[in-house]
Amino acid sequence: MLEIRDLHVSSDNKEILKGVSLKINPGEIHVLMGPNGSGKSSLSLALMGHPRYKITSGKIILDRKDITVLTPDKRAKAGLFLAMQYPVAVPGVSVTNFLRSSLRNLKANVAPAEFVKITKEKMAALKIDESFATRSINDGFSGGEKKKMEVLQLSVLQPKYAVLDETDSGLDVDALKLVAEGIKKTSGPKIGILLITHYQRILKYIKPDFVHILIDGKIVKSGGHKLAERIEEEGYANKS
Amino acid sequence: MPTKVDVNVAYKEKYGFSKPEKYVFKTRKGLDEGVVKEISFQKEEPEWMKDFRIRAYEIFKAKKQPTWGADLSKVNYDSIYYYLKPIQKKVQSWEDLPPEIRDTYDKIGIPEAEKKYLGGVGAQYDSEVIYHSLKKDLEKKGVIFLDTDTALKKYPEFFKEYFARAIPPADNKLAALNSAVWSGGSFIYVPPGVKVEVPLQAYFRINAASMGQFERTLIIVDEGAEVHYVEGCTAPIYTTDSLHAAVVEIFVKRGARCRYTTIQNWSKNVFNLVTKRAMVEEDAFMEWIDGNLGSQISMKYPSVFLRGRGARGDILSVAFAGAGQHQDVGGKAYHLAPDTSSQIISKSISKDGGRSSYRGLLKVIKGAKGVKANVRCDALILDEKSRSDTYPTMQIDEENVQVGHEASVSKIGEDQLFYLMSRGLSENDATSMIVNGFIEPIVKELPLEYALELNRLIQLEMIGAVG
Repeated sequence: MLEIRDLHVSSDNKEILKGVSLKINPGEIHVLMGPNGSGKSSLSLALMGHPRYKITSGKIILDRKDITVLTPDKRAKAGLFLAMQYPVAVPGVSVTNFLRSSLRNLKANVAPAEFVKITKEKMAALKIDESFATRSINDGFSGGEKKKMEVLQLSVLQPKYAVLDETDSGLDVDALKLVAEGIKKTSGPKIGILLITHYQRILKYIKPDFVHILIDGKIVKSGGHKLAERIEEEGYANKS
Repeated sequence: MPTKVDVNVAYKEKYGFSKPEKYVFKTRKGLDEGVVKEISFQKEEPEWMKDFRIRAYEIFKAKKQPTWGADLSKVNYDSIYYYLKPIQKKVQSWEDLPPEIRDTYDKIGIPEAEKKYLGGVGAQYDSEVIYHSLKKDLEKKGVIFLDTDTALKKYPEFFKEYFARAIPPADNKLAALNSAVWSGGSFIYVPPGVKVEVPLQAYFRINAASMGQFERTLIIVDEGAEVHYVEGCTAPIYTTDSLHAAVVEIFVKRGARCRYTTIQNWSKNVFNLVTKRAMVEEDAFMEWIDGNLGSQISMKYPSVFLRGRGARGDILSVAFAGAGQHQDVGGKAYHLAPDTSSQIISKSISKDGGRSSYRGLLKVIKGAKGVKANVRCDALILDEKSRSDTYPTMQIDEENVQVGHEASVSKIGEDQLFYLMSRGLSENDATSMIVNGFIEPIVKELPLEYALELNRLIQLEMIGAVG
C-alpha cells in the first residue's frame, strides 16, 4: 500500500499542501481532481522527492517502507513512478540509452536483444515511431509525444505505484485512447495508480475506484467515479 | 550511500604513477644557449637546424610572456629540465624496452590498442620517441610515419620545404621555445591519393619530475590523400610543475583530408601551452578534434588557414576544467580564399571551481567571397564555484559571406537531475548522463574506441564532482 499521511509541503516558504492523506492499495485507481493552483502537481512532485518541494511534516509510506526523506532515485527503487506533467529535455541522451540505464538501476540488467524486443513492442503499442529510440529524450518532442514517452517509461519500468500528472492533457482523442490503453495494460491487476486530471474524458477509458477533490492544499471530498461526473457538470464550487 | 571516489586517486592508479627516473643523458636544469647547443649536439643534427634553434632561442628570450590569456605567472622557465634522453636507441618491439617503460605503456593500454585498431604507433617518453611502428601495407603504399628526429635525417627535403613554414619561431614565445629545444614528435607523409583507413597514433608520456616536453609534429597529406592521426598524453602527479609546449604543423594539399584528434589528459601539475596550425589548400578538409581534460593550465587554439578555393576546416573541442584547472582553449579559422567554409564547435564543462574559457578568431579577408562560417560555443557549469568565459573575435572584411555565431551558458538543471533520478539514476549517474549528452555532438565524430575513452575519462572526472 502507498500511504500518504497528513502531508504538509512548502515551496519557496509557502505552504502548498496543508495535510493530505491518501491510501492507495495495489490494483486501485485513484483520481485526483481540483482547480488550478490547488496543489495537485505539488503533491506529485513532493511524492517523488523534487528538491523544490519541502515536506515539512507528515509521512509517505510505500509497502511499509518510509520513503519521506529519500532521494528520488531511492523512491524509484522502492517502486514509485511519476509521469510528469512537463517532462524536461536532456539533449544528447537517447531514449534507448536512458531507458536502459533506468531499467538497469530499477530492475536488472536486461540482455540487449531482450531490451530491444521489449521496447519495440511497447513503442508499437503506443504508436511511437521507431526513430524515437535514437532521438534525445523529449528534445523537440511535441506535447503529445512527451506524454507518450512518459507512458512508454511507465510500461517498460513496471513500477508498483504510479502517479500520473495530467498525462491525458494535450492529447487528441486517438492519442488519449492509446495512452489510456497503455496505462491500463501496464497497470495489470497489481499496480496502484494516482491519476491527476482536469478532465473526465480519460475516465471513459480508465475506470477509477476512487475520486478525490483537492482544493487549496486539502482533500475536501472523496467518493466513487460518480463524483468525477458531478464535478464535470457542476464545477468545484460548493464541494468543500 | 554512494561511495565517493577521489578523482586524483583514480587518475593516480591509471595514469598518475611514476617510474624511477633513468636516463642516458639529461641537460642541467634551466635554459641557456649552451643547453640549446647540447640538445642539437646530442641529436647529431645538421648545422642549419642548430642555427635555427639558436635563432629561435634569441626570439624566445626577446619575447615577453603572453598576458592576454590564462595566468602564466607560475610558469618558471628556470626550474625545468629541457631535455632527457631515456634510452640510447629507439626500438621496434615493445619487448626491447626497459621493463619500467614497457610497463608504463602496458598500463595505459597502447600495445593492446596497436594490435586491435591502429595502423601505426609512436611512443614518446620524456624527450625522445622510444618506440615506433607502422603497418607493412601502409609502408608499401609509401606512407611515412616516423619520429621527427629520425625523419629529419632520412628526409631532409621535406624539412627544407615545410618545417617552421606554418608556425615560424617568431609566432609566439612558446613556439620560439619549442623551436629552440624541440625533441621528438611525429612526422607523417601520405603520398597522393593514398587513404590511410586506420588511425595512426602517438602517445606522449612525461615521466620525470620538473620536465619539459617539446615535441614537434609535422604532417603532410599530399593531394587527394587521407589520414587520421590521434595523440594521447598523460603524466605522473608531482608536486612540482612540468611544461608541455608542442608545435604541430599540418599541410593538407588539394583535395586531401586530415583529421587530428587529441585526448589530452595531463596530470594537474602540467602547463600545456601548444601551438597547432594547418594550411589547407583547394578543396581540402582539415578537422581538429580536441579533448582537453587534464593539465593545470592549457592554452591551445588549433587553427585552420583556408588558402585554396573550397577549402574546409572544422575545429571541434571539448574542455573539462575541475578544481585548480584553467582550460583556455578554442580555435581560429582564417578564410583566405573564396568559397571556403569553417565550423568551430566548442563545448566546455566547469566544476569544483574550475575555469574554462573559449577564445576564438574568425577572419575573412577581402575578396574571399562565398565564405560560410559558423561558430558555436556552449558552456556547462556544474556548481556555483566554477566559471566560464567566452572571448570570440570576428574580423570580417568581405560582405558576401554567411557567418553565424551562437553561444550558450547553462547550469546543470535541477529539473533535469530530478527527471533522471526519478527514473532510478543516482545523482552521479544522472549528472554524468547530462554531461555526456552535452558533449555528444563531438563524441559522435570520434571512432568508437576514442569515443568510449573520452566518455570514460569524463565519467572519471565526474565521479569526483558529486556523490
